[in-house]
Amino acid sequence: MIRSLPRSKTYDWSFNCFILLYFTFLFAPLVVTCVLAFNDSNFPSLPWQGFTLDWFFSAGPDRIGLFHDDQNLRSILTSFQTAFFVSIFSVVVGTCASFLFEKETFRFKGALYFLMLAPLVIPGVILGISLLLASNTAGTYFDRTFGLDIDIFRPSFWLVVLGQFSFITTFVTLVVSARLRKFDHSLEEAALNLGATQLGVIWHITLKFLRPAIIGAGAVAFLMSFENFNTTLFLVGSEPTLPINLYLQVRDGSTPVINAVSLMLIVGTSLLALVNFYFTRKEQ
Amino acid sequence: MQRSRLVFWIFCAPVLCWLFLLIVLPHLDLLRMSFRGENDYGDMVWTFRNYKTFFTEPIYWLTFVRTALYAVITTFITFLLAMPVSFYIAKLARARIQGALVILLLLPFWVSELVRIYGWMILLRESGVLNFFMLKLGIVDTPIEMLYNDATMIMGLVYTSMLFMVVPLVSVMESLDDSLIEAAHDLGAGQFTIWRTIILPHCKPGITSGSIVVFMLTLGNYLTPNLMGGKNSLWFTEQIYNQFIASFNWNQGSAFGFLLLLLSSFIIWLGLRLTRQKLDEVAS
Repeated sequence: MIRSLPRSKTYDWSFNCFILLYFTFLFAPLVVTCVLAFNDSNFPSLPWQGFTLDWFFSAGPDRIGLFHDDQNLRSILTSFQTAFFVSIFSVVVGTCASFLFEKETFRFKGALYFLMLAPLVIPGVILGISLLLASNTAGTYFDRTFGLDIDIFRPSFWLVVLGQFSFITTFVTLVVSARLRKFDHSLEEAALNLGATQLGVIWHITLKFLRPAIIGAGAVAFLMSFENFNTTLFLVGSEPTLPINLYLQVRDGSTPVINAVSLMLIVGTSLLALVNFYFTRKEQ
Repeated sequence: MQRSRLVFWIFCAPVLCWLFLLIVLPHLDLLRMSFRGENDYGDMVWTFRNYKTFFTEPIYWLTFVRTALYAVITTFITFLLAMPVSFYIAKLARARIQGALVILLLLPFWVSELVRIYGWMILLRESGVLNFFMLKLGIVDTPIEMLYNDATMIMGLVYTSMLFMVVPLVSVMESLDDSLIEAAHDLGAGQFTIWRTIILPHCKPGITSGSIVVFMLTLGNYLTPNLMGGKNSLWFTEQIYNQFIASFNWNQGSAFGFLLLLLSSFIIWLGLRLTRQKLDEVAS
């Protein structure tokens, strides 16, 4: 039944087959997408018509490859910018939150902690529409009362950043809190006894201890932001992020350029994921 | 150890801003907007009409019930599929390949959901890869459209949420002591008895947290029903999107959004209640 117990041949064999099928199921769509990015055909489908790099490098006029496709390139850049700001903000606020919940005691702590977990159970679509509504209400209010027309309240780049930040921070908080719980408080007390200021202790000792967790959480935040669709869908303005842009293309028909973008995404995220694995393993 | 007020507020202020401005206020606004509507003279008044529309138009509440029901089915299928996979990884695989299997299992889920769905689309559609091979092998004479039906949509949803079931199950199974199973085996228990009396009870916390996350993500999913279910997918998030973006009826959309939020919170509360767990235990 398990490793240490005797098992029949059929049992082993059928279990192995099942796992093989399962992994085929997991990887089939990804492999097919990658392979068809190199097919010399105008549609992402078989039969195989030969190997080509047109969908990456061709400059037109018949085929426009990914690296000459302004719309896709611009959306990739937008996604990088969004993910950059989201991960910076969420790491800063998430670290503050983990300090607040792990080290301080105050009234209503339980309630605030529950509120901090709430973004985990709010569907992304709902978060998107609430933020859209609230920013619209705020925009109208400022316009009516003060005659101010503030851009940030309209669907735009910064609203997307805020929307993604609002739930990704929860994940950062959970990761950093887990590490903070392992911290040896006598180190802080020793530094304080030796005359360090409170902020000095946090900066030189606690944050140094938290660094691996903060970097890891930042990487996860970056990926989550880069791939977010549900919340972004309602907040996006004239600058679509990559998932939104891809969605519009997939919905209206498909060209192998989408496969080329997907291939880059698959390779990029896999590399980032493997680096992350490597570091967490080294830490242990 | 006495901490200064300044340090406390440095941590507390950003967290309060985040939670109140981006989580509490927007959802209160969502609730407020859902009770607003134009009267016959075109003025905005308080009204229950948005909710009344939901209960009187069968298309809306049927979609709601259908979405909830399919989310339950998806969660159950995901659980059935994840159980043997996590059992294999935790208890059967040789220690050397265990780590590699886990990494392989996680990799596809780092890739954007859109890319995975796109992969399934080029596999399954009428001119897709699977049809190409089936024609070549003579299994079918004419290509079949495998996209845009409920079974495919559920398969897509299972695929998308697999990870969130497998990860908690693997970790909870790894904590199960092998000697318990060995003892049961030595005392003559069969496979079925071991599963029913030892493995399943031990895995209960993992099953709960996995099911809650999968259910919530499926309920709030927009991409998979939209792209794999096609025009007749009738998913509730699509109704919300239509109200907001297509018919620009934000009040009606808010009511739908709030109902979805209520349903998802209620199911999560029920799940936690039935298994006597707390939200933060499940989250970590």
